[in-house]
Amino acid sequence: MNIISELINDRFMIAAVLLFGLGFMNLLLQKNLIKKIIAFNVMDSAIFLFLASQGYINGRIAPIITNGILDSEVYINPIPSGLVLTGIVVSVSVTAFFLALTVRLYGIYKTVDFDEIMLLVDKEAE
Amino acid sequence: MNTEIGFFKRLNDWVNGDEDRIFPSKNEYDSPELPEPPVAKSSLPNKDILFLSSYQVIAITVVLGLVFVLLYTVYKLPLFGVADNPAVNEVVERYVEKGLEETGAVNVVAGMILDYRAFDTLGESSVLLLAITSVMMLLLRDEKNIDPEEDLITEHEAVFEDQSRDVILQNVTTILLPAIMLYGIYVILNGHLSPGGGFSGGAILGAGLILYATGFGHNRVRKFFSMKTFRALTTTALLSYGLLKSYSFLLGANHLPTHIPLGIPGAIFSSGLIFVLDICVGLIVACTMYGFYAVFSRGEI
Amino acid sequence: MIIALELLLIVFLFICAIGAFLSERLLIAVVIFMSYSLVMSVIWALLQSPDLAITEAAVGAGVSGILFFITLKRIHALKGTKDE
Repeated sequence: MNIISELINDRFMIAAVLLFGLGFMNLLLQKNLIKKIIAFNVMDSAIFLFLASQGYINGRIAPIITNGILDSEVYINPIPSGLVLTGIVVSVSVTAFFLALTVRLYGIYKTVDFDEIMLLVDKEAE
Repeated sequence: MNTEIGFFKRLNDWVNGDEDRIFPSKNEYDSPELPEPPVAKSSLPNKDILFLSSYQVIAITVVLGLVFVLLYTVYKLPLFGVADNPAVNEVVERYVEKGLEETGAVNVVAGMILDYRAFDTLGESSVLLLAITSVMMLLLRDEKNIDPEEDLITEHEAVFEDQSRDVILQNVTTILLPAIMLYGIYVILNGHLSPGGGFSGGAILGAGLILYATGFGHNRVRKFFSMKTFRALTTTALLSYGLLKSYSFLLGANHLPTHIPLGIPGAIFSSGLIFVLDICVGLIVACTMYGFYAVFSRGEI
Repeated sequence: MIIALELLLIVFLFICAIGAFLSERLLIAVVIFMSYSLVMSVIWALLQSPDLAITEAAVGAGVSGILFFITLKRIHALKGTKDE
């Protein structure tokens, strides 16, 4: 059962890739704009999960120096954690911008359904 | 018994919280009327119908192909959690072993993002400022932006808000808000000693301000946090962060040491510039989070 | 033992993600998305990154959820009936 043990060992990376695929598919196929924004956030979270799980090493503790132990073999890799910290805040900024665009779209077209907005835009363009 | 409604439909209704379909009344169950689609599908030109029906198939194929390629990549990557990962190289050794004496921060991640990689944090703070500026451009109420019906509705709702306040929310806010603010300030100031830092503390402070605005109304917050305060705080914080860290653009890339003493690791006033930069980042994040809420709900800060 | 807990949390993550996309009411989709954020925060804590856990809990389940609710109010999707 080598495949099963490999799957369990790589659990976070496989979960991240599957969540990314799920979010991407819903971003393309859902009709409601709010669901598209939720799908975008799920994609973002999946990428952060993939990136931050590259820094984990089995059996080591969080990178806060305790008892003066300065050995780098006792702590996990702190670099991916720092990169994801910036990413989380950028993700909420982009979500806020998308939601502001949705509010303005609703003010003009009175609907949040993507297909109906496309039809109304086509009718205006004629 | 509800045998005319299938099992999965009842499960779906239970998830959605529609109880009047799970337990229908004694009259017969009449299905809700679906709204008329605005344009009948048979009146579209032919290429549009072809596009609409083949779009879903193409989308699913593309996503499945992408997921298979990524899964194969995951199979070929080095194993998760093993100590001889290629990502663990001499950079990590330098950050952990020399981090305490070069930056003075006990929290290695905070010392890394505010000293070794300070430009990343500058870029992130600029992204926050850019986002709140764009949201203000879209949603701020001035004479070019107003839709008269929406404005009337917002005025009515503002009058209702000021008169009828929620008793439970107000009492709980009076108890919880000092604790939330104190915890947020603690997380910001202790960023270099314990988990936390500027981002987390700023988000907690922003959430506390949002709670106060929800419970007590917009005008109470505007007494100490108005548009002028918002502008002054954000621009000062971002400019001071930029000036404190980008002098090395002018003086050469070999970082001249700032003569702020590093102090004893473990004390609060240690680690030089990281203390000041933490406060700057925390202020920006807190103001931005409250600014998002205020512009969305009322149209003005 | 910890591996069993992590696998259980990952399964819960999938259930939350699928449930947020299948529900028809937007209010319920946003609430399920907030619980997705909360489970992500616990996973960060299990991956020994406490900074990420605090930030994700404050930002994902807090501020981002509030922004979604205010948007739902502005697009009039909160009246207790299904959105059309």
